[in-house]
Amino acid sequence: MVGPKSLTAFQLFARRSWMTFKIFLTVPLTTMLILSAGCASKSNNSGAGPVPTGKMGTGLIQGKVILTGKIPDPVMIRMDADPLCRAQHPGPMPDESVVADAKGDLANVLVYVQDGAAVYAPPSTPVTLIQQGCRYSPHVFGVQTRQSIEIFNHDPTLHNVHAMAVTNDGFNVGQTQDAKSEKSFSQPEVPIKIRCDIHGWMKCYLGVFDHPFFSVTGKDGAFKITGLPAGAYTLVAWQETYGFSSPQKVNVQEGQTQTINFTFSAP
Amino acid sequence: MNSEPSKIEFHPRTHRFAVIVMGCTFLLLLAGALVTSTGSSLSVPDWPLSYGTLFPHMTGGVIFEHGHRMIAGTVSLLMLGLAITLQRVESRKWVKTLAWTAMGAVILQAVLGGVTVLYHLPTPVSVGHAGLAQIFFCLVTTLAVVTSKSWITETPGRLTSSKPFLPKLAAVTVGVIYVQILIGALTRHSGAGLAMPDFPPAFVPSEWSPLVLIHFCHRVGALVVTGLVSFLVYRVNTVAAGEESLTRPAIAAGFLLWLQLFLGMMIIVTEKAVIPTSVHVITGAALLASTLILTLRCFQLFRKEDLRQRI
Repeated sequence: MVGPKSLTAFQLFARRSWMTFKIFLTVPLTTMLILSAGCASKSNNSGAGPVPTGKMGTGLIQGKVILTGKIPDPVMIRMDADPLCRAQHPGPMPDESVVADAKGDLANVLVYVQDGAAVYAPPSTPVTLIQQGCRYSPHVFGVQTRQSIEIFNHDPTLHNVHAMAVTNDGFNVGQTQDAKSEKSFSQPEVPIKIRCDIHGWMKCYLGVFDHPFFSVTGKDGAFKITGLPAGAYTLVAWQETYGFSSPQKVNVQEGQTQTINFTFSAP
Repeated sequence: MNSEPSKIEFHPRTHRFAVIVMGCTFLLLLAGALVTSTGSSLSVPDWPLSYGTLFPHMTGGVIFEHGHRMIAGTVSLLMLGLAITLQRVESRKWVKTLAWTAMGAVILQAVLGGVTVLYHLPTPVSVGHAGLAQIFFCLVTTLAVVTSKSWITETPGRLTSSKPFLPKLAAVTVGVIYVQILIGALTRHSGAGLAMPDFPPAFVPSEWSPLVLIHFCHRVGALVVTGLVSFLVYRVNTVAAGEESLTRPAIAAGFLLWLQLFLGMMIIVTEKAVIPTSVHVITGAALLASTLILTLRCFQLFRKEDLRQRI
């Protein structure tokens, strides 16, 4: 053992640096290990959840979603990052963050019952999400909790499907050509963004509900929610650029149709 | 050191090897910075393989993420080679220990990289990955310095310094720069890079949030680092003018400081464009390395009597 008095200047410095280094290394690493263990043991939200009690009715809510103000020009995207994508779309393609016609009919808006619906059992039929032409189809969609989502890659290139959920567990799966994955979410959550980190322009959105009363507007801005039992409901519309609309209340009777419209304003 | 010089041999090939590892580590830092800057961090969802293979189709974000993994693998192998070489040829036990510590750090770094991918970029792990990268870079930089001919043939303790003691000032500067780099990594990985979008008119934000606070800390840290590095450069040029082994890294640090400040401003102006953001990361690493080299040289050159009294 060498006493401190016989240490050289550099050895003194080295000894102190080594002690500091150990502290700097040990403290963050211990913290990270604990956090990692926390991540690993995080609940996967796969519990049974509320018991489904809802029964389908015959009420219907329909309407349109309109965009007012100046309709924004679509942002054009180029797929130069991947020659296999570019080969399918040699020219620029419009992105889908705002899809509206000259009249303001706004497509890809998720309209759903926010309050008033019971909990329903998920349907056995899966929802399909397709990656083709280095784009997602559909761009916006809804699913029920624990309903299966089948994800296909029909492109001759790699994609990763990265679901950026907050309430639910997210996932990130890689897919080669013709791969298929099956996923589901267990908690209601609106919206969940899905993106491909390989191709920065690829994104789509979904809403997860514990009932089947949701719809996505088509190119004409129209939506239709069917099978509602009689009752008072609160409806909300969500659009990826403009966010959530103000909620609207509506009373539905069996066999009757109610019409409500939503409006978003372009800045 | 002072009791060892007669026993230490200079191995030019080993030194060149250490410099190559240092250079490759610098490239690895750039590759890592590009992964985050291009948003490609999760483009390869599995680890340690990539899409189940060692070499996936290189396209889009996969080029950056898998490229980073390949460079990291190369650096790990080079580091292993350097550690084995030093174990065989080096007479200083602490240098061997340092080399194997660096080897351990690079393995740990790979595991952290895997954890951050598999758990979808948890901020503490991503910041830890960035922080350990800088520590590994410092370790290989130290190995490159202490295996150099100028280090081995230098006469230790031939300079004196009045207060503030130069070696201590240099060491404090290294520590402060490292803390600033950690805050920078937190800024980057928590998404606080544009939390204060204007520069420089509103230095103090009008509204506060956790992200604004992180960003603000990084700006304050930049001011502290600017003051410390500027004072250090001034002290080196007054206390040790003509000592090239000190003035060179000091001048480099001064230049890198201003480049770093400019790049920080450009990140805001360009709204986190890929090039200024990535170069900002590696300029920070270069600034840390240059002040570390200066610190090592200071502790070697200044009198040990002074050191014993002051550290």
